Amino acid sequence: MTIVGTSGLVLNEKLLFEHSDPGRKGYSLPKLDVPAARLADDLCRKEISGFPELSEVDVVRHFTRLSTWNYGVDSGFYPLGSCTMKYNPKVNEVAARIPGLASVHPATPSHLAQGSLELMYRLQGALAEISGFAKVTLQPAAGAQGEFAGMLVIRAWHEARGSKRSKVLIPATAHGTNPATASLTGYDVVPIASDGVLTLEEVEAHMNDDVAALMVTNPNTLGLFETNIEAICKLVHERGGMVYCDGANLNALMGIARPGDMGIDVMHFNLHKTFSTPHGGGGPGSGPVGVTEELIPYLPGPGVELDGENYRIESTKADSVGRMMAFHGNVGVMVRAYAYIRSMGPSGLKHASEMAVLNANYVRARLEGVYDLPYKSRSLHEVIFSDKDLEGDCHTLDVAKRLIDYGYHPPTIYFPLVVKGAIMIEPTETESQEVLDEFCDAMIAIAGEARDNPDLLHQAPVRSRVRRLDETTAARKPKLKWEKGA
Amino acid sequence: MRYIPHTTGDVTEMLERIGVASLGDLFVEVPESVRLKRPLDLPEEASETELLRELKALGVKNATAETHKSFLGGGAYHHFIPTVIDLLISRSEFYTAYTPYQPEISQGTLQAVFEFQTLICQLTGMDAANASMYDGASACAEAVLMAMRLTRRKRVLLSKALNPRYRAVVATYCRYLKMELIDVAVADDGRTDLEDLAAKLDDATAAVVAGYPNYFGVIEDVAALSEKAHEVGAKLITAVAEPVALGLLKSPGELGADIVAGDGQSFGLPLAFGGPYVGFFAVRQKDVRGMPGRLVGETTDLEGQRGFVLTLATREQHIRREKATSNICSNQGLCALMATIFMSLLGKQGLREMAEQNLAKAAYARQQLSAVKGFSLVFDGPAFNEFVVRSEAPVAEVLARLEGEGILAGIPLGEDYPELADCFLVCVTEQNQRAEIDALVAALQGGAA
Repeated sequence: MTIVGTSGLVLNEKLLFEHSDPGRKGYSLPKLDVPAARLADDLCRKEISGFPELSEVDVVRHFTRLSTWNYGVDSGFYPLGSCTMKYNPKVNEVAARIPGLASVHPATPSHLAQGSLELMYRLQGALAEISGFAKVTLQPAAGAQGEFAGMLVIRAWHEARGSKRSKVLIPATAHGTNPATASLTGYDVVPIASDGVLTLEEVEAHMNDDVAALMVTNPNTLGLFETNIEAICKLVHERGGMVYCDGANLNALMGIARPGDMGIDVMHFNLHKTFSTPHGGGGPGSGPVGVTEELIPYLPGPGVELDGENYRIESTKADSVGRMMAFHGNVGVMVRAYAYIRSMGPSGLKHASEMAVLNANYVRARLEGVYDLPYKSRSLHEVIFSDKDLEGDCHTLDVAKRLIDYGYHPPTIYFPLVVKGAIMIEPTETESQEVLDEFCDAMIAIAGEARDNPDLLHQAPVRSRVRRLDETTAARKPKLKWEKGA
Repeated sequence: MRYIPHTTGDVTEMLERIGVASLGDLFVEVPESVRLKRPLDLPEEASETELLRELKALGVKNATAETHKSFLGGGAYHHFIPTVIDLLISRSEFYTAYTPYQPEISQGTLQAVFEFQTLICQLTGMDAANASMYDGASACAEAVLMAMRLTRRKRVLLSKALNPRYRAVVATYCRYLKMELIDVAVADDGRTDLEDLAAKLDDATAAVVAGYPNYFGVIEDVAALSEKAHEVGAKLITAVAEPVALGLLKSPGELGADIVAGDGQSFGLPLAFGGPYVGFFAVRQKDVRGMPGRLVGETTDLEGQRGFVLTLATREQHIRREKATSNICSNQGLCALMATIFMSLLGKQGLREMAEQNLAKAAYARQQLSAVKGFSLVFDGPAFNEFVVRSEAPVAEVLARLEGEGILAGIPLGEDYPELADCFLVCVTEQNQRAEIDALVAALQGGAA
């Protein structure tokens, strides 16, 4: 086996502030061509105390060195479960930087922003087609804000009917942000201790006149398709509720099945997952929301409409839950997602989902028996193992850290919570069989090391820029900024 | 498809290893009744050349500061973007990584965020800042929710001079939380009316929210606002949509703000039709554990080396579930990196110089415009780089006429402020050359003659 992880020359780099030297300059502005103006002294500060003074070279070298301490999808395999770390196509980066698209002001009158509006209109149409919903809003900035928008829509629908329902059902296999989102919408959370696939009986036991909605993730965070979804939606509807679907795992289903056809009422997309836009070290994402015909009036506003031959920003409708963002959402991310959908085409998208599911099942086939597989039904886009069978007092965290030494980004760990010591692997479709084989070889080797030489796991990582970090002290005595002399 | 490496041979071999006969068999758990039995109705795939041709064709349908003389602001600003920024964030170790859950291989992102947090603290005069929010408006809404949690009160006073889009987002976030949002009037100078504020403040008030500078470009008396808010135990939230102003203005922290929520778009981010931008969020030390969003802290590794980690995660959604301080998960990390690089390059001197140029250009434009017949300035409070102009002729006609002359003169205010239906908001930055300002003035003059 070739081990990708190695320790090359890694350069040290101080904090910006430790480089600063008074009088250094990293910018150039044109000479002022109008008379100088002054504000009253009592409005002005003396200087921005502590702000750095650096040359352009200082800054370029600083951030270049920092970048080398990171691991991205372009560095190697990044099987972070539920995050869909697929390859980020480079042409999409160029697309988002096309001058007319990158530099149009959001308050430009609609007739002078037809290019962006047309792109947004086409994107919302494509997303509606892929998901089977009647209409899509592009405004939310990320998945969690999309969830929030979706739950607001559900609540607005209830309120419009005079319904005062106060609870939301959330199975344990749903996505981590769901409970916080329900609270933000003013709902009380009723957890369903679901184990594996959600059953009709589990939902029936909790579904009553006070339940506004069920929030599910499909496929769920165990990588399993919710096989009872149609019956569940029917039941929730009969009892006056709505079904929200977290679309984080849509990468399993493009061209295969559509949430809108399953009876789901609202779903958010993660353009930074399914639609290949870069994760940016934490963001930006984009979290469009699709809804059924009945819920269209409540969507956040304003939206993009086609009026004859002209695209326009439609003023927010009376029943709308309102505005989520100052402007039209993360449009730059939308350009990348649109470019992806256009590059893939309808058969390419379906092929992507098929290969994503193939890859997850291949990893499962290679690792089953080496690692404990708590759920045996057919996996979709991701597979969840546990650390139950690991020897040598080694745990999921140790496997993750050891994977770093082998040159991989670890999977998502300790999530979902229903699996103790979960190792959640989502390979995505953009990885080749060779990459998966090398990764699986590493996983198998690590299980062997746990048995034969567990210290290798407990000490890991040893090849990374830093070793394991003291997170306890970081939380107990938080140091959240640099201070001179501190 | 060039993004998917599988050959037919690979697929066959992998299916064999899995022990299924066909790709279709991988989807056995998806009931037949919900399967899509037709191809997706989308345009056929575009090659790289076709794609770029199509998108460039869309790009030219937009007006920008390259095609027009632009005086649009109102929460998004046309500023100088140093070349270095885009080249550095194009290092794919930055942009193809995700949230730094594994600190040993994410020190680049983590140190940069720590630097961002520090810079935002220095800029705002506050003690602690988070790793970013979606934009200024949602940051402002999160600030209101935080003030509600800190004070256990439900009444919030929003200045009418706060960016109306921020006000709208605050209303959305508070929609079902049984909160009471009350407007505070604008005084003749364009600042929040302190008398109206005093009359509306009471001991049920959680927060007062005002822009700094406000939507009309006027510099609020933050010290007076905070004094009034603090008299009844309410929090003062200052929203900073144009952070370039803080290169010159006293920091909100120095003036008594409890939470500063703002947008970093002015710091090196392209306008991009409204996003992605980056919200920033800064608080006092005592309130750190009540903050929304991710935080990066300094620590050491096993060998005593300095390193950085995500910290105080017990506030967050994935641990605290329904009792979390916010549901935010993905943020605007790469945009925060852009702002960090911008602040590093401009530094202490550069941000000051840029702020002074904005002030001077806008002052020049104000002075020139005030002499044009048929137009007048509405507010006389101290202003930064935006101001409100009243027009005797209908605003829509004036703006349309100027568009015809290649000028985007400003944002009409009637939709958000019916009482200002005869007004528009003009923004002048360091990017507007004197000749452009003179052209704006001449064009307005032309119509009046």
